[in-house]
Amino acid sequence: MGMERETDRMNAQALELRPPAGVVLARSLLPVLGAVGLAVVLQLLIKPMLGDFYAKLLLDIGTNIILAVSLTMVNGFTGQFSIGHAGFMAVGAYTAAAIVYYGSHRIWGDALVHGGLLSTMFPGHQAPLVTGADLLFFAALIAGGVVAAICGYLVGLPSLRLKGDYLAIVTLGFGEVIRVLLESQTTEALWDPEQIAATPLYELPRYLGGALGFSGLPFYSSLFWAWLGAGITLLVAYRLKESSYGRAFLSIREDEIAAEAMGVHTTRYKVRAFVLAAFFAGVAGGIFAHTVGVQLNPRELGFQKSFDILIMVVLGGLGSISGAAIAAAGLTVLPELLRQPPTIMGWPLAVIIPVVVIWVLLSRRPVRTAVGLVLALAAWEAMRWFARERGINLSEYRMVLYALALIVIMIVRPQGLLGIREIWELRRPRRLAAAKETAATGESGRAGGEVSL
Amino acid sequence: MSADLLLDVDGISISFGGLKAVSNFSLKLPRGRLAGLIGPNGAGKTTVFNLLTGVYAADTGTIRLDGRVLNGLKPYQRAAAGLARTFQNIRLFPDLSVLDNVRIACHLRAQHTMLGAIFRSRHHYGEERAITEHSLELLRLLELDDRRSEQARNLPYGDQRRLEIARALATNPKVLLLDEPAAGMNPQEKRELRDLIRSLRERFGLTILLIEHDMGVVMDICERITVLDHGVIIAEGTPEQIQRDPKVIEAYLGAPEGAVAAANGEGG
Repeated sequence: MGMERETDRMNAQALELRPPAGVVLARSLLPVLGAVGLAVVLQLLIKPMLGDFYAKLLLDIGTNIILAVSLTMVNGFTGQFSIGHAGFMAVGAYTAAAIVYYGSHRIWGDALVHGGLLSTMFPGHQAPLVTGADLLFFAALIAGGVVAAICGYLVGLPSLRLKGDYLAIVTLGFGEVIRVLLESQTTEALWDPEQIAATPLYELPRYLGGALGFSGLPFYSSLFWAWLGAGITLLVAYRLKESSYGRAFLSIREDEIAAEAMGVHTTRYKVRAFVLAAFFAGVAGGIFAHTVGVQLNPRELGFQKSFDILIMVVLGGLGSISGAAIAAAGLTVLPELLRQPPTIMGWPLAVIIPVVVIWVLLSRRPVRTAVGLVLALAAWEAMRWFARERGINLSEYRMVLYALALIVIMIVRPQGLLGIREIWELRRPRRLAAAKETAATGESGRAGGEVSL
Repeated sequence: MSADLLLDVDGISISFGGLKAVSNFSLKLPRGRLAGLIGPNGAGKTTVFNLLTGVYAADTGTIRLDGRVLNGLKPYQRAAAGLARTFQNIRLFPDLSVLDNVRIACHLRAQHTMLGAIFRSRHHYGEERAITEHSLELLRLLELDDRRSEQARNLPYGDQRRLEIARALATNPKVLLLDEPAAGMNPQEKRELRDLIRSLRERFGLTILLIEHDMGVVMDICERITVLDHGVIIAEGTPEQIQRDPKVIEAYLGAPEGAVAAANGEGG
């Protein structure tokens, strides 16, 4: 009896406390419009200023942010360990690719770029802002996400009921199964318009290029799509983390037994996080498949790729959305920088100095952070000097240096760059640290009291 | 009479391998009762809690809450049915804030959806505020509201115990199972805890089952006490009856000839 009354009271209160519909609409939609606006600005204004190389790098950063932040929803929020994210990416990539490739053939008779200005990385592209091909591409991305999400459900439901490391094994297996399945298909990809027109729709998914890769896809992925995806993924992750619904995800990571005892249906929540993550991985796969310079190949989306994403999440700090995004950006840029390590003297200082200052200001131990960052920059210059003196071509040691950097970062910050916090929460712990000290002394005082009893 | 019977545990048992951890445990709690469950270390008290809350499935026997059979239900379903607990070895959500610990537990009565959270529906905002207000109310009641934004792991021990109680209350329970709430508390805190438990029962109309080693607390606040030893109930009755029960004295202090020595040791 008492229970019903209490519940009614809270729900009645919830009804009463609802803000006006207009306010809700604005708060709900403005960030989405902001993401669209940012993506349009990046595509139309920033891209022409960057040049091909840096524009492509920025595109890859966007795609990797989608991947890392979506994996954060599983590994960071619910504390489960999924290591087959590239498998969902592959599902999304091939689904989207098949729709775009064969869709284009059916509609336009070829698979050339028919997109508008928002869907191209080519500088001299003449087209209206948006065309029908953009809608086809958008639909293909969503379809890729949905198919990946369905796979996520099928994989997640049995394995997330179990506690422990089963999920890691199952997801690893899933990723490999997808790769092998795609590789074992016929290497044929239809290209003759008449043949394509003659093949029934359900037969087409067999012709995906197999082990040779699916070539001839139109390059629709642009800064607009990658960063729209990144913006929406970030928004969804943030809104989940900052809601009572999403906090149930976190409670599973914190203590699964306690979460269950508090009424959290842990399996259901784990599966939902997993399905959502798979959806975004599928979308990222679709974007990846249509990126300039990418030839969609099952080998590209094997467990190596899964680990790349996992490293971003762990490096950023398990559970930190901003950490995952920053790590995704950093680890996309680092291997490229190591190709031809540029000096930090000169114009890069204009970027580096503000980053260092902000980092130090946000840090809990500013002196330590400042010393660490200066040492890292000095090490970079020393490395360049050493290579020049000895005549070593650093780009040959690119992946060794990359791995070395990862090892050093994980030794210095085992909890990841940001731990479980967000970047805007970094300063908060200072107060908590003080509280911790009083807690520790209070506890020992109590323990002493206990002994004398 | 039977309408008043809220928690009805009838002959539950569980064995782990060959070890019978709890055998034929029965307990009847009328609505509003404040009962104690005591016994020496390893007697199976926490195992009983784990059986009641569904962490373990009972091999035999039935558990009824308000007439509804709980056997076969998962822990989260039993929490929804009105069974809340605290943990002997504190199990808070350590990295989350004090407020979030309680807000998560409000989740059972929330009507939120994933899409509502993602799209930020009107209902989402209203409910979020209601949950926050309700949680703050509970924190005020347990004198934790000025610590609301601290990480749970940073709280002093006594505060952590009280936060566990606040969190359990947020699930809106009918029956509250407290597993050694006084452990690690100093005499002052223990006195406060007794008053707190009594006042919570009044305020929320709770039925409470308490595991506790501190006899001062148990004998003072419990109306009925069940004594468990080696997984078997050896006595049941009022605090006065339990204190005089020879079997209980034997379980705690050993056989009569040993009891003298132990009593001497205690006296010094």
